[in-house]
Amino acid sequence: MNRVIPGYPLSLGITLFYLCLIVLLPLGALVWQALDVGWERYLAILSGARTASAFRVTLTTAALATLFNAVYGLALAWVLVRYEFPGRRFIDALVDVPFALPTAVAGLALSALFVKNGWFGAPLAALGISVAYTPLGIAAAMAFTSIPFVVRTVQPVLEDLATDVEEAAATLGASDWRIFARIIFPAIFPAFLTGASLAFARSLGEFGAIIFIAGNLPLKTEVVSLLTFIRIEEYDYPAAAAIASTLLGLAFAMLFLVNMIQLWQQRRIGTGD
Amino acid sequence: MSPPSHPAPSHGPARRIRVGDGPLTRALLIGSVLAVTALVLVVPLIAIFAEALRHGWGAYLASFAAPDTQYAMLLTLCVALIVVPINIGFGIASAWCIAKFRFRGRNLLVALVELPFSISPIIAGVAYLFVYGAQGLLGPWLQAHDIKIMFAVPGIVLASLFVTAPFVARELIPLMIAQGSEEEEAAVTLGAGGWRILRLVTLPNVRFALLYGAALCNARVMGEFGAVSVVSGNIRGQTNTLPLQIELLYQDNNAIAAFAVATVLTAVALVTLVVKAIIERLDAARVKAQGRPGH
Repeated sequence: MNRVIPGYPLSLGITLFYLCLIVLLPLGALVWQALDVGWERYLAILSGARTASAFRVTLTTAALATLFNAVYGLALAWVLVRYEFPGRRFIDALVDVPFALPTAVAGLALSALFVKNGWFGAPLAALGISVAYTPLGIAAAMAFTSIPFVVRTVQPVLEDLATDVEEAAATLGASDWRIFARIIFPAIFPAFLTGASLAFARSLGEFGAIIFIAGNLPLKTEVVSLLTFIRIEEYDYPAAAAIASTLLGLAFAMLFLVNMIQLWQQRRIGTGD
Repeated sequence: MSPPSHPAPSHGPARRIRVGDGPLTRALLIGSVLAVTALVLVVPLIAIFAEALRHGWGAYLASFAAPDTQYAMLLTLCVALIVVPINIGFGIASAWCIAKFRFRGRNLLVALVELPFSISPIIAGVAYLFVYGAQGLLGPWLQAHDIKIMFAVPGIVLASLFVTAPFVARELIPLMIAQGSEEEEAAVTLGAGGWRILRLVTLPNVRFALLYGAALCNARVMGEFGAVSVVSGNIRGQTNTLPLQIELLYQDNNAIAAFAVATVLTAVALVTLVVKAIIERLDAARVKAQGRPGH
């Protein structure tokens, strides 16, 4: 405890007051509204065909988007850390575009690209694949907005990775693929899993980028965040509270998972495993 | 792997022995990553400007003459001018108590500060509705006193405060922990008060991180869509921020205007990333010169 430096009560007081007012009060109100719905009605709302379908669509498209980012993000982090090539710094800066670009703008751009006569949509249509107004479009929007997560969690770990073990393995005649699978991938796995979980969590709650490209058809291309929004517009507050609190629960579960992964990672580093 | 007939130069054997440094693997990986990056990160940015300029500069510039669009720009600017300074203040206060002191529940406090990052903006909007809306926790009291927060500008400000609360704090906390407190302690010994230390010692030490956090916070406030669309009520010329205006124009089949407005927000995002790149370069130069970050 540092008692020399002043300002402890004031800074802690401001922080707690602000967090209570801006973060905890609204989240508390949401939980309060959800509890008010009652258990039976809550289950009835969630098991309704439209809600169940929205959760199914959201979970599957988020999984698809996360799969894309797991592969692309890992490859991108690898290329940025391991190789020197012209434009490397530019690509590194580009990775943050999805975080800085408003989701509505991303959705607008993606829908323009993927419509039937768009730059991506036209060649895809020739192959018989339609993305806009299908679940694939939802996955594309989710994938775009969560690109930075895997890259930015794997990148620092890959940078700090000592190369002596892989050099030793290479000297002993292990193949590249074997060294990657047995030595490098296990070392970056916790960070990789953290990034993928964060990307998945972000995709579950994504709204702005999706609604431009999804078509938003109930039972087909309607995601959970949109259904919550629709219930609010219909003044169906119990349904909105039930769906939003479930989404909040999922967010907390993902947060818990990420923390567990990080504890596991710290313990591994701590014991030198 | 390089063939044994080409022995590695003695000054850098590690570079030839590392996994993936074979010329074929390297070319294949860089090539495919660059191709995908061009498709997923570069082409969307180009598409925004190409669509906005589809009918030339005249049509592009005319999009900004619409009074609703001009009002949306003004409103977005005002919201950012309120939200960014408040969250800079919160970022400094939370970083000060978390970085300079040890206390019970400190890790929980860090998790709480970062919590808004993990919560969907739609949930944030709905949660605010349940506090300040007509059916909300404080709804009856607010109505009795004729105070309007939901579907009005205060609601937009509150929702934006929630969504962007962690941005400055997240940049400051790890940096201030890494820098330690020796300089502040020295200043106390020399008789400086808390505000003086903050102004003359701590803030100059973290000014780049603070600037970057504020730039990110600003970009997010100006671009926030989900949370604001729940609490704003989408009233044209009253509670429509720029991202909501984009959606409205798009639904009106006014694609040129929607993309024209989008170019403004894209420019804000790109400037933010340029600020980040400059700060990182300055930081790297300083670490080289002084051997410590963020100074």
